Amino acid sequence: MIMKNKSLKSTLGAAVTLAAMTLGTSAAFAETNLDKTLVINGETAIVTRAPAAAHLEGALDEVFSGWIFRKDETQTAQMDDFDNPGMIFVDIAQDAWDTVAGTEGKSCASCHGDVSESMAGVKATYPKWREDGGLVRSIDMEINNCRTTRMGAEPYKLTGGKMTAMNALITLQSRGMPVNVAVDGPAQSMWEQGKELYYTKTGQLEMSCANCHEDNYDLHIRADHLSQGQINGFPVYRLKNAKLNSVHARFKGCVRDTRAETYKPGSQEFLALELYVASRGNGLSVEGPSIRN
Amino acid sequence: MASGVKPRVKVPKSAAAGSAITIKTLISHKMESGRRKDADGNLIPRSIINRFTAEFNGQSVIEVMMEPSISTNPFFEFDATVPEAGEFKFTWYDDDGDVYEATKPIAMA
Repeated sequence: MIMKNKSLKSTLGAAVTLAAMTLGTSAAFAETNLDKTLVINGETAIVTRAPAAAHLEGALDEVFSGWIFRKDETQTAQMDDFDNPGMIFVDIAQDAWDTVAGTEGKSCASCHGDVSESMAGVKATYPKWREDGGLVRSIDMEINNCRTTRMGAEPYKLTGGKMTAMNALITLQSRGMPVNVAVDGPAQSMWEQGKELYYTKTGQLEMSCANCHEDNYDLHIRADHLSQGQINGFPVYRLKNAKLNSVHARFKGCVRDTRAETYKPGSQEFLALELYVASRGNGLSVEGPSIRN
Repeated sequence: MASGVKPRVKVPKSAAAGSAITIKTLISHKMESGRRKDADGNLIPRSIINRFTAEFNGQSVIEVMMEPSISTNPFFEFDATVPEAGEFKFTWYDDDGDVYEATKPIAMA
């Protein structure tokens, strides 16, 4: 099932070489410093490289946070929460956490209390199988499940600002903890589906996730420095659009870039892919809200 | 009042007399440029923070005039020399007449 397309790799390699000759500089291809370490606020150490999980045997030996592949300025901005624009949205979500919404007269805090206690460690294991409902849920689905069934409130738009902010607030409570998403048990069939999608070529460009993020990470695809496509840093504040971005919105952008019709955010396909891609980051730290380009 | 506006400042709690400290300030604000159009093609009115000042014990430290090309959530980082214990006062002036203030005390180390 693992489709490694060597011809594509060589095509990309040729394009990169050509670009280098055109620019007449090697500056863009400076060695990536894989040993650089990320400590946030001088206290929270983030694991940005780790031995790959067992299920990645034969695919990757080591996994890297996308932080490793970013420019110095972007990396530095993430070392201090005051410099991290993603924290603005966390503040907004903290207000929402304490605000009553919906027909039941409840806020998030009515049931969950202090977010820093009730949500500590939660993000690290998501998406995961939930017995109450018998399905795999992502954090986003849990938020909307709470809003609709317990609060009697309107669900958040999945890729909207309120959702990414709330996700960031919850994610922050697990920052620094190792990603530990279950790949077996009742979630396994969905995980297999996600793996299938990861290696399936889509679009006119006929590219799978793996073509860029497994076969060619740390190379440049035109001006982009390819990462491993890890999602341990989500939600990410992207400099290109000055807001927090959800995992599904990012998936959509990637699939669109292969010139394919994309799956919808919130679809079973993207949920499966989120589960699988999250599990590829097992061992890295939860890093969100992170900063990327 | 524009929605979601919240000033934030980061000032060391203490410093040695006469030493330079780094101050960081950020205010969440959409900084609508006045150049954009809405879905119906109508111009969205300009709404920005147009001025920012920092004072220490009543003495001006920095004054910034801002123009519409400045991005959302303006962030300023600057150094200031602290001669004595006192209080920093930060003020942001909104196009709509609102004024947002934040103060931070600093002690001598």
